[in-house]
Order: sequence, then C-alpha cells, then structure tokens
Amino acid sequence: MKYVPDATADRQFESDNTVDRVGVDGLLSELDEYAVEQALQIKEKAGDDTEVTAVCIGPEKALDAVRKALQMGADKGIHVSDEAIAGSDAIATSLVLAKAVEKAGPADLIVCGMASTDGGMSVVPAMLAERLGLPQVTFASVIETQGDQVRIKRDGDTATEVIGGTMPLVLSVTDQTGEARYPSFKGIMAAKKKPLETWSLADLGVDAGDVGLSVAWTEVEETTARPPRTAGEIVTDEDGSGATALTEFLAAKKFI
Amino acid sequence: MSEVLVLVDHVDGAVRKPTLELLAIAKRLGEPSAVFIGDAGKTAEVAEKLKAYGAEKIYAVEDSQIKGYLVAPKAEALQQLVAKTSPAAVLIVSSYEGKEIAGRLAIKLESGLITDAVDVQEGPVTTQSVFAGNFTVTAKVTKGTPIITVKPNAATPEESAGAGTVEEFTAEISDAAKTAQIVASQPRKATGRPELTEAAIVVSGGRGTGGNFEPIEGLADALGAAVGASRAAVDSGWMPHSFQVGQTGKTVSPQLYVANGISGAIQHRAGMQTSKTIVAVNKDDEAPIFELVDFGVVGDLHTVLPAATEEINKRKG
Ligand SMILES: Cc1cc2nc3c(=O)[nH]c(=O)nc-3n(C[C@H](O)[C@H](O)[C@H](O)COP(=O)(O)OP(=O)(O)OC[C@H]3O[C@@H](n4cnc5c(N)ncnc54)[C@H](O)[C@@H]3O)c2cc1C
Ligand SMILES: Cc1cc2nc3c(=O)[nH]c(=O)nc-3n(C[C@H](O)[C@H](O)[C@H](O)COP(=O)(O)OP(=O)(O)OC[C@H]3O[C@@H](n4cnc5c(N)ncnc54)[C@H](O)[C@@H]3O)c2cc1C
Repeated sequence: MKYVPDATADRQFESDNTVDRVGVDGLLSELDEYAVEQALQIKEKAGDDTEVTAVCIGPEKALDAVRKALQMGADKGIHVSDEAIAGSDAIATSLVLAKAVEKAGPADLIVCGMASTDGGMSVVPAMLAERLGLPQVTFASVIETQGDQVRIKRDGDTATEVIGGTMPLVLSVTDQTGEARYPSFKGIMAAKKKPLETWSLADLGVDAGDVGLSVAWTEVEETTARPPRTAGEIVTDEDGSGATALTEFLAAKKFI
Repeated sequence: MSEVLVLVDHVDGAVRKPTLELLAIAKRLGEPSAVFIGDAGKTAEVAEKLKAYGAEKIYAVEDSQIKGYLVAPKAEALQQLVAKTSPAAVLIVSSYEGKEIAGRLAIKLESGLITDAVDVQEGPVTTQSVFAGNFTVTAKVTKGTPIITVKPNAATPEESAGAGTVEEFTAEISDAAKTAQIVASQPRKATGRPELTEAAIVVSGGRGTGGNFEPIEGLADALGAAVGASRAAVDSGWMPHSFQVGQTGKTVSPQLYVANGISGAIQHRAGMQTSKTIVAVNKDDEAPIFELVDFGVVGDLHTVLPAATEEINKRKG
C-alpha cells in the first residue's frame, strides 16, 4: 500500500519534478484501503493462523499509512524507508517491494490496490508478479478464495471475465469490492501494540545505486500546471429558458 | 529507420480504433510494425486493416498457446519480438490488459515504462496528464527500449497504405507464464451507441438523475453521443460499471462532455477534465462542476434535458 498526497488538496511538484510529498498532507491511498479490506476479509474467512502484513515504501510520514492498516486490523506492519529511494520510478518501486515481500516471509497472497491515487500507473502489481515469478489476478471486482484457489471477477474494456489462479499469487482489487471498514476505537488501541518494523535498503540487500531519481529509467522533463479554465457562461433555468440557452450554445459550437 | 512495435488491441480479429491511433504515432517515431496476437484464421483480414493505416510489417503470433491465459504469455511473446527486431519503441494501448503487459515487459527487458501518454512525439517524448488533469508532464525513457502505453484519442488515425508485409512469428511460451487462467469471459453487450472512450460526445448522469436515465439517454441519442455515469450512479445500480467515468472508471476526452446531476468530485474530474468543451446541468449553483464548464445551466435535469432534446431534434428536422 502506498502513502500519497491527498487528492482533494492542491497537489504540486518540486523543482526537480518529483511529487511534493511535504507541502501537501498525505494519507493511505484510498484505493489501497480496499486492498487492506479484502486481505482482512480473506483472513477472517481462512481462520486464525492467517496473518495480514501491511507493507509500505515511503518517507517517514508514510508510517501513518501503515498505522492505519494496523488500526483496520492488519497484524504486522513493515515500513520501508530510505533516503535513496526518493524519486524512484515504478521499476525501482517494484524491485524494493519484491525484496520486502521476500524478506517478510513466504506469503500466499500479495494484495495490492488497482492503482495509486498519485502516479496511478496500475503496473506495480504486474511488475511485482513478474519479479517474484508469480501469477497475477488483477483488477478484481469480486474475489472468492477456496483453499489455495483464487477466483476473481473483473470488468475489462470489452468483456467481464472470471480469472483463476493458484496461490501464491499477486492480487489487485478495485473499488468495486466494497467499502473499506473504519478503524474502531478498539482497533486503534490494539494497533499500538502490534509489531511494526522499519527496514532500510541495506536490510533488504538492495543496492542504493539501483533505486532513486538519479537512476530512474524514465525522466520527467517538464511539469506544467494546466492553465485555469476561463469561467464559462452560467444561466439559470426559468420557464424553459435553460433548455433554449443550452440548445443555442450547442448549435453555436456546431454540436447540432 | 528502426521499427516501432505496436501491439494490436482487438476483439476476435476486430481491430479497435486506439490501435489505428498508435500506428499514426508509430509513424512519427520510425517504421510502424504491428504485432497481432490472435487467431491465425483472422490474420489476413486484420493485416488488411493495419496495412491501410500504415503498418509496414505485421508480425502474426498465433494464439493457440496464449488464449485462455492472462497477460504473462503475451509479455513473453513481445519480449521475443523485441529481441528479434530491436525496435525504437513499443507502443501499447492503455487498457487494463495493455498496462499489465507493459509492466511485465518492462521488467523482462530492463526498460523504462511510461503509462497513460496522451501524446507521443519524436524522441520519443511523451506527454501525460496527471493529478486529475491539473498538470501536464513531459517525460522520456532513459534506459532500454522505450515502452509506452497510450490513452485512446491521443492521435487521429491516418489512412495511408503501408507495405503490410505479414510475417509469422512463433513465440516460445513457458509453462510459468500460463499460471493465471481466464475461466470465463462474457463480451460486453453492444448498446447501439458509440463506445464511451471513443465517442466525440459523452452525455453523463449522476446521483441527480435519481435513477431515471431517460433524459440522459434521450439527449445522448439526439447528439449521437455515448452515455456515461458517475460512481454514485453506478454504485446505486442504475448503470453498469462499464459506463463509469472517472479515476476508477473510464477516462474520456471527447469534443463535448455534458455532466447532468453530477457534483464534480475530484475522482470524477480525473476522468473527464481534458474534454474540449464541458457543459453541466445541475440544480445547485455552487456545485464544483461549474468551475470547469464552458456552459452551465442551473436547473432541474428532468425538465431541462427533455426540453433541450426536443429542441435539438426539431432543429435537426
Ligand atoms: C503523476 C505521476 C506520474 C508518473 N509516471 C510514471 C511513469 O510513467 N513511469 C514510471 O516508471 N514511474 C512514474 N511515476 C512514478 C511511480 O508512480 C512511482 O514510482 C510509484 O511508486 C509506483 O507507481 P504507482 O504508485 O503509480 O503504482 P501503481 O501501479 O499505480 O500502484 C498500484 C499498487 O501498487 C502498490 N504500490 C505502489 N507503490 C507502492 C509503494 N511505494 N509502497 C507500497 N505499495 C505500493 C499499491 O498497492 C498500489 O495501489 C509517476 C509518478 C507520478 C506521481
Ligand atoms: C477511491 C475513489 C475512487 C472514485 N472513483 C470515482 C470515479 O471513477 N468516478 C466517479 O464519478 N466518482 C468516483 N468516486 C466518487 C466521488 O468521490 C463522488 O462520490 C461521486 O463522483 C459523486 O457522484 P455524483 O456527482 O453523481 O453524486 P453527488 O456528489 O451526490 O452529486 C449529485 C449532484 O446532483 C445534483 N442534483 C440533484 N438532483 C438534481 C436534479 N434533479 N437536477 C440537476 N441536478 C441535480 C446535486 O446538486 C449534486 O450536485 C471515487 C471515490 C473514491 C474515494
């Protein structure tokens, strides 16, 4: 799960074209809340010896995202943080995540969100699957597990599909999977006692020279704020005047 | 000149429009080569279409070993084609499937990946529209073969005949790639209206419809438009998810977007903010959607839309 700048705030870039992660409040990417929720539901169905570990790569403040997952009900938290990771692209992010997943121990399921709400690439789950040599079942709107079998429904561009795979695998979930729970007071108190580790690149055996802005395989050349839209014409409907004005506008713009 | 590989997006051999847009982009970067992974029986028909839109070469990868599995085998096939052709770039449509193939391919090729480009120029230099359309970013790949996924409507298809030489390519697919299976697939029902992401005009409805989409559909049909919906309308079960516009739905970039009974939340804006002309009908004169519009009507969509539809139909005669 990812810690991202709040989408409803005024998001900006730094002068080096990286995302401003200091000036804007961050939070657990909303789409990753759905991933945490599904992981918890799968755990609840599977029984007591199943554990959910929340993993997040990000700056110090990203700990908040890990804490939120623990409050929701995850059993363990892992925060991967290292100055050298700043400015990483998806390739490097997936490398660090893959190493963290390996170090965290053998997992049956790696559950991700369908996309982050900042970069929004939707490729990290597939990259992770590729790096770990695992199957991926992605963009789930409905999830069913039975023993080591996972079946999901997903809404593709041209068809609705059922995809199946055998654990271990990488799963990504959409916001169609159902609302995520809010942390309860009990959950918030319990979270304080749960194990939470912070790992550096050295802990993961990742070379600092393989991650970060300077070695990214993509380079942002320029970021430009969209010019503000010039205020349009707004009319108030009275006795059908709205429909006439709308029709006139559409005709003037040659849409009719 | 180097080849540029374009992965063909198709449904059973029917080439989808975004692929033709990629061919137009490929021409700016090198020699367009299309990669058709599909039924060998369809190759001739597909090749004819791709040739008409500028494909110099068409690599036909027979899909008997690939069909029925998720993206990993397609990524393997592409990897082998890249090894054979050393292309200047690989272009893929920004669909769920396209992005996943691109993600796996990037790791296999140790190449940088840029997703959701809305323009690609010589270099290749890409343009992305990020943060719900509030920023425009130009970027390039600095390592390996540039892999770029491109959103629909990023270019206009260009009819111009390429050589269209068909070359069969046999990909070696590993067992490891055949681990996620497509158990069932239900093609989307045709609505008789233009496809949402390809339409020149989109008319959308939100919670303000109260579940009655007739005024939306009436206006859409008068304008020859596609119908869209907000997540609130989809979550209420009024419209299928495939109609949803926004961050977790479709991104649309039409000439005209008409939002009705939609407040304009950031996640909705993320999917429509780059529309050329934006019109809204909303009861609440303080709805945030009005910040974006070229033209807005403060009023009840249930009266404004049917009346406007009638006037439009009259004008059309
Ligand atoms: C506006 C913008 C555009 C960008 N464009 C590109 C680009 O074209 N190419 C490129 O290589 N990089 C790009 N990046 C950088 C890229 O977004 C980051 O490298 C990012 O950490 C990985 O991509 P993502 O979060 O977009 O992943 P997504 O694939 O959208 O994320 C999917 C899921 O992966 C998991 N995940 C992702 N990141 C983390 C994390 N740090 N910790 C834990 N889990 C995580 C989450 O579950 C998330 O929901 C861009 C960044 C921004 C802000
Ligand atoms: C992670 C995440 C992802 C999301 N993804 C999406 C997405 O992809 N797409 C999306 O749309 N939303 C998405 N949302 C939801 C988004 O935040 C809003 O909740 C949603 O867009 C609201 O839909 P709405 O505008 O139809 O409803 P509301 O916000 O309830 O607005 C209804 C509007 O209708 C007006 N109205 C009511 N009656 C009438 C009438 N008779 N005539 C005219 N106007 C009337 C009201 O004044 C109001 O402005 C997402 C949210 C999250 C957290």
